[in-house]
Amino acid sequence: MPATLTAPLRQPDPLGAAFAQLRQASPAWMQPLRQAAWARFLKRGLPTTRDEDWRFTSLAALAALPLAPARPGPAPRMEGAVFGTLPGPCLVFVNGHFAPSLSHVGTLPKGVKITHRAAQWAQEHADGCDETATATPSQHEGPFEALNAAFHQDGALIELAEDAELSEPLRLFFIHTATEDGSMASLRHRIIAGPRSRATVIEAHLGQTHAAYFNNSLTEIHAAAEARVEHLRFQDESAAAIHVGTLSLRLAAGSHVAHHSLLLGARLARCNLRARLEGERADCLLNGMCLGAGTQVLDHHMVMEHVSRHCESREFFNGILDDESRGVFHGRIHVHPGAVKTDAKQTNRNLLLSGEATANTKPQLEIYADDVRCTHGATVGQMNPDQVFYLRARGISQESAQRMLVHAFAGEIIDRIACQPAREELDRLVWDRLEQNPHIAA
Amino acid sequence: MLEIKNLHAGVEGRPILKGIHLSIRPGEVHAVMGPNGSGKSTLAQVLAGREGYIITEGEVWYEGKDLLAMEPEERARAGVFLAFQYPVEIPGVNTTYFLRTAVNALRQHRGEAPLDAVKFLGAMREKIKLLELDESLLKRSVNEGFSCGEKKRAEILQMALLEPRLAVLDETDSGLDIDALKVVASGVNRLKTPQTAQLVITHYQRLLEYIVPDHVHVLHDGRIVRSGGKELAFELEERGYDWLVKPSLQPA
Repeated sequence: MPATLTAPLRQPDPLGAAFAQLRQASPAWMQPLRQAAWARFLKRGLPTTRDEDWRFTSLAALAALPLAPARPGPAPRMEGAVFGTLPGPCLVFVNGHFAPSLSHVGTLPKGVKITHRAAQWAQEHADGCDETATATPSQHEGPFEALNAAFHQDGALIELAEDAELSEPLRLFFIHTATEDGSMASLRHRIIAGPRSRATVIEAHLGQTHAAYFNNSLTEIHAAAEARVEHLRFQDESAAAIHVGTLSLRLAAGSHVAHHSLLLGARLARCNLRARLEGERADCLLNGMCLGAGTQVLDHHMVMEHVSRHCESREFFNGILDDESRGVFHGRIHVHPGAVKTDAKQTNRNLLLSGEATANTKPQLEIYADDVRCTHGATVGQMNPDQVFYLRARGISQESAQRMLVHAFAGEIIDRIACQPAREELDRLVWDRLEQNPHIAA
Repeated sequence: MLEIKNLHAGVEGRPILKGIHLSIRPGEVHAVMGPNGSGKSTLAQVLAGREGYIITEGEVWYEGKDLLAMEPEERARAGVFLAFQYPVEIPGVNTTYFLRTAVNALRQHRGEAPLDAVKFLGAMREKIKLLELDESLLKRSVNEGFSCGEKKRAEILQMALLEPRLAVLDETDSGLDIDALKVVASGVNRLKTPQTAQLVITHYQRLLEYIVPDHVHVLHDGRIVRSGGKELAFELEERGYDWLVKPSLQPA
């Protein structure tokens, strides 16, 4: 490890040894790619809070874990799982390993292909079949993307041909049952939506263990001209877990991508949301909420790049923060030269339910084009007393009024989910979760 | 029905109401008029139970109960309704859900069974038509993005659903054009019964052409400086407030 690494992994050698083993077991074409990614990760190291992009989120807890690639581990319980009763295909990964017996794809509409990445690697002449693994990393690649590229074991691959439509939502379950601390899952998913295709993809990251595992997940979505993709990430990891979820979106002309991020679980969760509006009149929605309690740190870090003209982006993030939890919102809007008629809007609202909860919010606008509309707004506060009084003046008890307002805060975000069965289930789930909170009724 | 005796109230040590006396009987419509800063809105807020106002002296009796000792929601359930001058926007709370919760809180208080969604919607549709409101508003968040006129009409819709015994209308006419004013006024008039009373707070006489008061009171510097019949409102319209509020003309 280079001496510049300011927050070294506690046991670099075991992870290095595990990496060497994984590389050797990989197909020949993949080995140099893994090696290069590992080198990039080592060069970069884990960021510290001196790094502007990580100012509010310390990775000390991750640095202290004895990281090692996750082993298959015990089978999960699927009954009662969130989204369990939704129709449509589903892929299940347990501790980062594909679980064929729990997955079912069934008959897919014409032009829709759903598989998992390792299945592709097993084929002969595999080189070139996995474009992502061969893709040159962007100059903005973060350390967790590099770490994921070095270690990724598998992932979902979804391809939609021109005009193909996945009528029912695809559900991807990531369930962690590993019993050892430091168990690291590295999955890399890819959704290629062809021209005018449509799909809804739901990721559920769930924990069924007390162990301090690490989920380093990465999803790429390429929306071709006029494609419409709705992508939802529901994060409800175990209390000791660390979740890093990276989403990389590329939008071609006239395409529409909506991403919803719900952060409920994990002791530390960081979502890196990167969107590039590359074609004219592309339209991107990033919509998220975090529900923090205890000492949780829940962090959304967005970079919205308006590369082309006449594009629209909307970012709505609400935080409901209790106890000593911390919510972080960092939203950068980057309007490239020539991206005229950009319409970008960003809001972050935080509701603090305790005196010890914290919200850090940092909007950042970089505008290199004329004739653009960019707005941002952020609020941090207690419940609005005018709203509480208004409800009470209509005969609603203080307790009910406060509940309604907290629920509204979450409901505002959940309402933007277009996929009705997912929206209704999340509405119930979040409501129940809020009802369990003694501070809301207080 | 309502008996206000020597009410003194203020905010953060600044006195605003300086001895209000007012008595309202069932079936009556009272208007409180006055220039800006006279304490009109404070009176409305204090009656509804807004936190932050300190009552330093006096008492308010509503149907034999000590109103000032009641929580805002208790006042509402007992039949006191405030139509807000500035209705509050509540993003994320669906209007229908809000109205049904309010109506059912009231019904529960009266020992009546809650209305289910279908029955409630039926009751609401009927009232919403009378106020010429667009039904799509019911699917939106409470007051969010409503125009000024829609907000004021939505207040009267709430009043129609909650059927208060004492309605306090705080500058309900402000920001309304004449057509919207007529709709609002006819909504209010329809709710008038021999058992109910209305306290209409306004700066201008205009609203009182449509909601005709039995009594008019002029508020100045926290006191009622003149009371009279509806003709007092017309006199104010012609002569303004100055002749009433000049120090030499104030009652000792």
